[in-house]
Amino acid sequence: MMIKQSKFHLKDKLVKRIFAQIFLLAFFLNACGAPASAPHTLTVFAAASLADAFTEIGAAFEAANPGVAVTFNFAGSQALRTQIEEGAIADVFASANIKEMDTLVADKFIAQDAPQIFLTNKLIVILPVDNPAAINKLEDLGRPGIKLVLAAEEVPVGKYTRQMLDQMNDSFGSDFKEKVLANVVSNEDNVKQVAAKVQLGEADAGIVYMSDAVAAPDLKTIEIPADLNVVAEYPIAPLIKSVNANFAAQFTAYVLSAEGQAILQKWGFSPVE
Amino acid sequence: MIKLRALIQHLEEGYSKWIFIVPSAILLALFALPLAALILRSVNLDFFDNAFSKQAFHALSLSLVTSSVTTLIAAVFGTPLAYVLARWKFKNKLWLELILDLPIVLPPSVAGLALLIAFGRKGLFGPALSIFGISLPFTTAAVILAQTFVAAPLYVRSARIGFAQVDMQLEESAHVEGANQWQMFSEVMIPLTGRALASGAILTWTRALGEFGATILFAGNLEGVTQTMPMAIYLGFERNLGVALALSVVLIFVSVIMLMLTKKLEKHEH
Repeated sequence: MMIKQSKFHLKDKLVKRIFAQIFLLAFFLNACGAPASAPHTLTVFAAASLADAFTEIGAAFEAANPGVAVTFNFAGSQALRTQIEEGAIADVFASANIKEMDTLVADKFIAQDAPQIFLTNKLIVILPVDNPAAINKLEDLGRPGIKLVLAAEEVPVGKYTRQMLDQMNDSFGSDFKEKVLANVVSNEDNVKQVAAKVQLGEADAGIVYMSDAVAAPDLKTIEIPADLNVVAEYPIAPLIKSVNANFAAQFTAYVLSAEGQAILQKWGFSPVE
Repeated sequence: MIKLRALIQHLEEGYSKWIFIVPSAILLALFALPLAALILRSVNLDFFDNAFSKQAFHALSLSLVTSSVTTLIAAVFGTPLAYVLARWKFKNKLWLELILDLPIVLPPSVAGLALLIAFGRKGLFGPALSIFGISLPFTTAAVILAQTFVAAPLYVRSARIGFAQVDMQLEESAHVEGANQWQMFSEVMIPLTGRALASGAILTWTRALGEFGATILFAGNLEGVTQTMPMAIYLGFERNLGVALALSVVLIFVSVIMLMLTKKLEKHEH
């Protein structure tokens, strides 16, 4: 009986020890997750095209506001909108088009009067430096046999691209869009992928935002005249459910401030006209 | 006294049992709940519209064709390789095995990047390929190449284990009777390892069906040419959640059938 009891006791002790270690581990992990220096973490969901500029803005904002750490989630605006709808925690949303923002306003994730346009962006044709397909003007994009990479139609820049091609039909012939789309070898899921494939020389040409051409320097470009181009407007807004409403408003204000706008222009974005 | 002892023993057993059941149940729930949620959410009136949409059909047929070709390639080239690894003795065999295991553990994005740097138009072997008029990126061939890179090692692995388990004495007696390497291989080894080869082929097929990371980097995304099911699911998530859900359910369903088949094959073996 005595032996039995002590064995039982031993097992009990073992279980207790295991639980103690689990609690210790959980505590340790918890402590790691929240560094003492930055008690507030601001989560910003931003369009992939904003990656470089917003990373710099985030660092400047952190420097100006000690105690706040900014973390970013960069992806296609439509993917970010879906993530927010499915319950992702975010404080600020910066979209590459008005449609995704409007959807979130309609679904009550963002207040009616909150979104503000903070920059505009234009489209540009990019080519590898050695220009293997000898593309020299916009009309060349319709020449058969060219390997053209675009952003998928689901992505804002892909939608703008197709809008622009519609406008070009008036100048370059009514079947221009059709001929250009027949040259598409891949519909990439975000604009950075388009730039990467052209930069690597795998594609003969791509259409991206002006800001992407600035961010990826080893490229040739063909500018698109204003009357044929499409102006993309980027809205930004804090989310209603944000637990850091104060900082979310401050971040939005910083993006719209002279400092924020200067950083955006450095990365190839245009100010709101 | 005896009763008390029995009671303690009983309690103890009941107690210790839960130490196994609770963690197991939590981990299993982690696997099962998301899949169940996916299936529940997809069950609605639009399911068949989505599952039989043109985009879904293109993606499904492309996936079936490419993963079948991948499996064929794995069998034709992988069976001899597995035999060599299982039966021949030579120096530096460990390095060969390492090369073969790497694609299994590497993230598919690394595989895609490596393929692009090697076989892309501007890659290491791109200029050589272009002499023959071959340009791989953005083609269905690129999809198959990416799938073979990540999935074929599974076949070779399974086949190698199968070959290694065949009794050496059988081979020796075949040798004594004058069989050459090829006869030994085709008339002794293949019939004896049929199950291992089949389960390897199914694993490769299933893995190829699910390939995403290497494909999107190396082959791009174009409906009907390079847009496989996983890619249509990824893009569907952004445009049409219904199509993504329906395709996911189809993929789960096909995978379950294939895994059940391998389980059955493994059971027969023992």
